[in-house]
Amino acid sequence: MEKKLSEIISELKEKFPQIKTSEETISVSTEDLLGLMQELKNSFGFNYLTNLTAADYPADAKGKGDGDEAEDDGEMEIVYNLTSVYEKLYLTVKARVSRKNPEIPSVFPVWGGANWQEREVYDLFGIVFTGHPNLKRILLTDNFEGYPLRKDYQWVGGRK
Amino acid sequence: MLRTETYTMNFGPQHPATHGVFQVVLTLDGEKIVKAEPVCGYLHRGIEKLAESRTYQQVIPYTDRMDYLASMLQNWGYVMAVEKLMGLEVPERAEYLRVISGELSRLASHVLATGVYALDVGGFTGFLLCFRERERMMDLLEELTGSRMTFSYARFGGVADDAPEGWLEKLDKLMDDMPGYIDEYDGLITGNEIFQARTKHVGGLSPETAIDYSLSGPVLRGSGINYDLRKAKPYSIYDRFDFEVPVGKNGDCFDRYFCRVREMRQSVRIIKQAIEQIKEIDGPIKGKVPKVLKPPKGDAYAEIESSKGILGFYVVSDGTNKPHRVHVRRPSFINLGYLDEMSRGWLIADLVAILGSIDIVLGEVDC
Repeated sequence: MEKKLSEIISELKEKFPQIKTSEETISVSTEDLLGLMQELKNSFGFNYLTNLTAADYPADAKGKGDGDEAEDDGEMEIVYNLTSVYEKLYLTVKARVSRKNPEIPSVFPVWGGANWQEREVYDLFGIVFTGHPNLKRILLTDNFEGYPLRKDYQWVGGRK
Repeated sequence: MLRTETYTMNFGPQHPATHGVFQVVLTLDGEKIVKAEPVCGYLHRGIEKLAESRTYQQVIPYTDRMDYLASMLQNWGYVMAVEKLMGLEVPERAEYLRVISGELSRLASHVLATGVYALDVGGFTGFLLCFRERERMMDLLEELTGSRMTFSYARFGGVADDAPEGWLEKLDKLMDDMPGYIDEYDGLITGNEIFQARTKHVGGLSPETAIDYSLSGPVLRGSGINYDLRKAKPYSIYDRFDFEVPVGKNGDCFDRYFCRVREMRQSVRIIKQAIEQIKEIDGPIKGKVPKVLKPPKGDAYAEIESSKGILGFYVVSDGTNKPHRVHVRRPSFINLGYLDEMSRGWLIADLVAILGSIDIVLGEVDC
């Protein structure tokens, strides 16, 4: 089943018309995420979740100021780097969640490797991975307050 | 039948066999492990957060402090991600210097892993033996970079400095001696009956599980998966060298250990070829890079094969001179994530052998 990445992406586009694609990246909604990931693993051989992380994009960073800022607080993006170990293919999947309600389905049922990586993102960003079997802090202590990798996190001390 | 009850016991955080500050909360039935819950974070310094308030150049020294046993490779991974983000070209000579210093760093890391593993399972002589060669490597790296551990040698678009006069000859001499040294490890450690009894068929890992749990490096290859980024996705100039990727069969502790030993021989091969080829190449060691670095808006993910596994850097730029986000895919962290399942059913003494065979560095796990 030797397939090029471009063919895979166009096939996916037929199955999931909502997704946005570029050369090596797929942007997907949280609703489609799990279905897409299962498809990628089972039909296209992306058997290896290389990397899972997130980045914070608060609204004010984009220069937004007028109107109801209470409505739009910005978004956080979860980034998945997938690998097909046997076919040597590489693909990035991105999904965005709102900062107000950061919830996304866990991909642990698809790849076991998501276990600690999702815990790390939860620990540092406060993104909740629904369906994760053991979602608790991993690097910080259990009673730590706040999520340090969010842009609006304030810490006492530190170097200027 | 005697009725038995499970009890919990702390393994670490202050225990030499954890290779740093790391705790495992063990649930035991007699001496048998029922559950092993890893507790990490004792060394968490928030490097990813710190990077957001530093300029791109200032982040390089922080990467040294993650996997401090193979800092050269950590520097390399980070600069590669930023170079990908900016589309920077690296001069040929700089690529050679990166390969040579990177492979030397990998050798130093593997030599230490081998020696410490011998110590873990009770062979003190192997430990001392490995430090003999490591010293020679450290001296060479010090001569090249001015530091023995935290090198910060890589620069965006090149390396900090050319090799000093006579350095490559000294390195060549060490590479001539290395196969003899590795034979000694094979004789003293690999061939040792007690060592084999402690490691063979212990902590087995099937290839499917290794892939499913995103394990990488010798842990993945020990289970028989031929996946090394230097071959699978040749970055830098790795396609110019002739080398093999050693893989194991059973995926047990011994295979993981033995993969490392055989990888050392391949690193020696690569360095030998690189020394031969770099003689022909003259030219700059650093490309044209602006003093104030402001990568265009966007993100980039680059990965290299570190001594522990796949080391990836995800860098997001917002157009200023400081990164918006830096994430490190640390192989030690992800490899450690499978420790619980891997050690269930084994004895406490086996846990030391299993943990040692993963070869973790806590500076990298906790980041």
